[in-house]
Amino acid sequence: MRYTIQGKTGLWELIVGLEVHCQIISKAKVFSGASTAFGAEQNTHVSFVDAAFPGMLPVLNEKCVEQCVKTGLGLNAKINKYSRFDRKNYFYADLPSGYQISQLYHPIVGEGFIEVTTDRGTRKIGVERLHLEQDAGKSIHDMSPSKSFIDLNRCGIGLMEIVSKPDIQAPEEAGEYLRQLRAIVRALGTCDGNMDEGSMRCDVNVSVRPVGEQTLRPRVEVKNVNSVRFVMQAIEIEAARQIELYESGQTFSQETRLFDADNLETRPMRSKENANDYRYFPDPDLPPVILTDEYIENIRKNLPELPEAKKKRYVDTLGLTPYDAGILTADSETSHYFETALKGQDAKKVANWVIGDLFALLNKSGKTILESPICPEHLGQLVGRIADNTISGKIAKDVFELMAQTGKSPDEIIAEKGLKQITDTGAIEQLIDDILAQNPDKVAEIKAGKDKLKGWFVGQVMRACQGKANPALLNELLNKKLS
Amino acid sequence: MENLVDLHIHEALDLLKKKEISSVELTQSHLNEMEKAAFLNAYITPTPESALAQAAESDRRRAAGICGALEGIPIANKDLYCTKGIKTTAASKILSQFIPPYESTVSEKLKHAGTVMLGKLNTDQFAMGGSTMTSWFGVTKNPWTDETGAYSLVPGGSSGGSAAAVSAGLCMGATGTDTGGSIRQPASFCGVTGIKPTYGRCSRYGIVAFASSLDQAGPMARDVQDCALLLNNMAGFDPKDSTVSELPVPDFTAALTGDIRGKKIGIPAEYRSDNLNADVAAAWDKGIRLLKEAGAEIIDVSLPHTKYALPVYYIVACAEASSNLSRYDGVRYTTRVNGNTLDELYENTRTDGFGAEVIRRILLGTFVLSAGFYDAYYLRAQRVRRLIYNDFKQVFQTVDALLAPAAPTPALTYEAMKNMSPVDTYLGDVFTTPASLAGLPALSLPVTLSKTGLPIGLQIIGNHFDENTVFHVAAALETAANFNKRPHRVVKG
Repeated sequence: MRYTIQGKTGLWELIVGLEVHCQIISKAKVFSGASTAFGAEQNTHVSFVDAAFPGMLPVLNEKCVEQCVKTGLGLNAKINKYSRFDRKNYFYADLPSGYQISQLYHPIVGEGFIEVTTDRGTRKIGVERLHLEQDAGKSIHDMSPSKSFIDLNRCGIGLMEIVSKPDIQAPEEAGEYLRQLRAIVRALGTCDGNMDEGSMRCDVNVSVRPVGEQTLRPRVEVKNVNSVRFVMQAIEIEAARQIELYESGQTFSQETRLFDADNLETRPMRSKENANDYRYFPDPDLPPVILTDEYIENIRKNLPELPEAKKKRYVDTLGLTPYDAGILTADSETSHYFETALKGQDAKKVANWVIGDLFALLNKSGKTILESPICPEHLGQLVGRIADNTISGKIAKDVFELMAQTGKSPDEIIAEKGLKQITDTGAIEQLIDDILAQNPDKVAEIKAGKDKLKGWFVGQVMRACQGKANPALLNELLNKKLS
Repeated sequence: MENLVDLHIHEALDLLKKKEISSVELTQSHLNEMEKAAFLNAYITPTPESALAQAAESDRRRAAGICGALEGIPIANKDLYCTKGIKTTAASKILSQFIPPYESTVSEKLKHAGTVMLGKLNTDQFAMGGSTMTSWFGVTKNPWTDETGAYSLVPGGSSGGSAAAVSAGLCMGATGTDTGGSIRQPASFCGVTGIKPTYGRCSRYGIVAFASSLDQAGPMARDVQDCALLLNNMAGFDPKDSTVSELPVPDFTAALTGDIRGKKIGIPAEYRSDNLNADVAAAWDKGIRLLKEAGAEIIDVSLPHTKYALPVYYIVACAEASSNLSRYDGVRYTTRVNGNTLDELYENTRTDGFGAEVIRRILLGTFVLSAGFYDAYYLRAQRVRRLIYNDFKQVFQTVDALLAPAAPTPALTYEAMKNMSPVDTYLGDVFTTPASLAGLPALSLPVTLSKTGLPIGLQIIGNHFDENTVFHVAAALETAANFNKRPHRVVKG
């Protein structure tokens, strides 16, 4: 069933497309040798090319081309063996050359798709194109009432602009498309997908039409929608706004609006009279990019396993639920952690520890999985110690806490704290006998039929041995003694 | 000894080698001449102190037996070449305070070959013009005088400062740049030799861009051999410019054998019209006759799309210029005229910083790229450019080189040029723009004087990366023409 929105006059359907800018992972910028490192002091990663000094010329960074081809292959897309750069001309203080080098006419990657699964099922969302371009610098307007400041560190960093087809029909689908795309570029190592730092940025094209209508109505481009949640919100809000306009008899033309996450609304962005004519034309400083089949095949051969394939493998051969598999493959760091912890252990149990206790721990401390105080090898060992009955599941929780605090291995902690489970029948029997001897009245009660008191005895024995008795063995022996 | 400023580069190299002169003496002579001829306004920025220091350094190197190919030769750079630590203005107000923190590849190579730089030469502003009249630093005077003996003539342009300086003995050789004829036309006007190499032969890194798909660096000097020597030390691959060819650079002086028997020289019919200037027509005929006498085979050829070259050139060059010059915005290294908004800052800075011709070309270029006009102008111009290119490729299947006039007239007076409309001045590029659009090498050399005693140059156009044939034919024509006229020495003694 297609997603619809109930309006006053009837049902409406959504037509959505996403334009996602991904900063390319590369040590150097796309047309200059300057560094791309994030968070450096302002204007310290700027070459004369980036600052558009007279006579400076762009030279294409081949690494960025490779990253685009990789991403294209990850998007099941056609790699264009001939691509070219165009200049997009406009004046702005953080664009020193007065033009952005981009690819309008001949992008490096053509049509592809991403498979997206939501409650409504699995659909292929088409990718229209991926093109290579350079980022602009940053303008800072809020440091002084009368001045603007410019930081050119970002200026010239390589971007992949990935444009979807208007195939998206629901807000959740847009969110899932973006999640999938992020998982793919992360798995490929072509973009870190970090939306907070702006290394992945999203614009959303939204239009609506009454169910049954075949033609397309004007679309609105909503800019600055920089999280998965905001993308879904922006689509809902913008669609509702458009439907309300249509239903009150108004029309509108194609425009660009800005998403305001604080007020949950979209606002008009630039007025018509200021509309830019970008005067695109082929950049005469850069020859076309010609790729050979051999070059493309070489990259294809060395592609890492993509999230979709990995997810399938987790479900089919490891027996995880699709939900757990989806979480563990959302980014390559998580799946790497999981697979390192997995070595020889039960997959479901490891998955539970990672998704449950470990994620809770990371969330609480605000750390990423790469910064986890517990290394995957140790987590795997912990699961192993439960499996081989060295410790109980309950003790394991305490060991986990100690691992987080100390960074020590489970074995070290078990040895230091003497947490090794008691599995010796004789030792447990001795414990039981002691407790029974101390509480003849309660024994009598049980014998009289007050079965509930058994639990009390288990508790007493556990307390006496600091919880180390194997619970199954304890129950079995206790039952025998009391019967 | 004759005045050192009359020497050609290859002669000076001999004398330097024989220790008969030093680079300091040679450099000092040129500095003296520069001072005497300061009224020509050939230089925007003379650099006498650093020149003498470089000359002394060169003499020390020579004494130590370390010799570059052009060791000790005083030259000068068009003020479009960025020179580290030395003001580089592009003859504009907007860059009048700009001191580059880097050196252009071509001027770096010349330095590396041992040359001494005397200073930075005047040009039309951002190389836009054919007279140096658009320079913010004032016009350069042609060292050749009119019939009354007055310095009333333009040196041509845009490399007018370079041509005038070489002609007047204010440097032994100079760099120029040629986008649509900016080396060949001033060479013709001033009676010197200059070559625009194949597009992609020299790096454009560090040269203030006018039109990126056309701009090409080249040498200007007193003869063909000197140009070959200079180009040997300017050309070659550069990782900093993606449009430079990786082809090896041959020794261009090896092509100067003098024997052109059997060479096929094409004469393009479309360059001859009924209203062709009589002096120019006579010079061309003389050139044809001389080459024939030297044993070349003269073949009439047709380049049918020649008539479109001029409009195509002005569309493409202005389009690229409108974008290339966007960086001069008042935000970073240019002059700045403030405003209340960013747009006002741009408008004020650029209105103040650019001359009328530059503004005209930015407007033209912006227009031909704008929505609704792109296809009709820019795209169509690119298609016709391809046809012009094909014309030449076709012709070079049967001929080795082409011979044509370099300019439609001898040097014009300032008065005449002042009264011309912009479009009329553009017509001065009619013979040079076709080879520019096709990216071909073309050399202009003087062959004769006009009836009023002004030099007239002819150009030899060759196939891509075949500068050797161009030099080869030019050397033979030079010998046959025996053009040894110089403007009378500006200040005697």
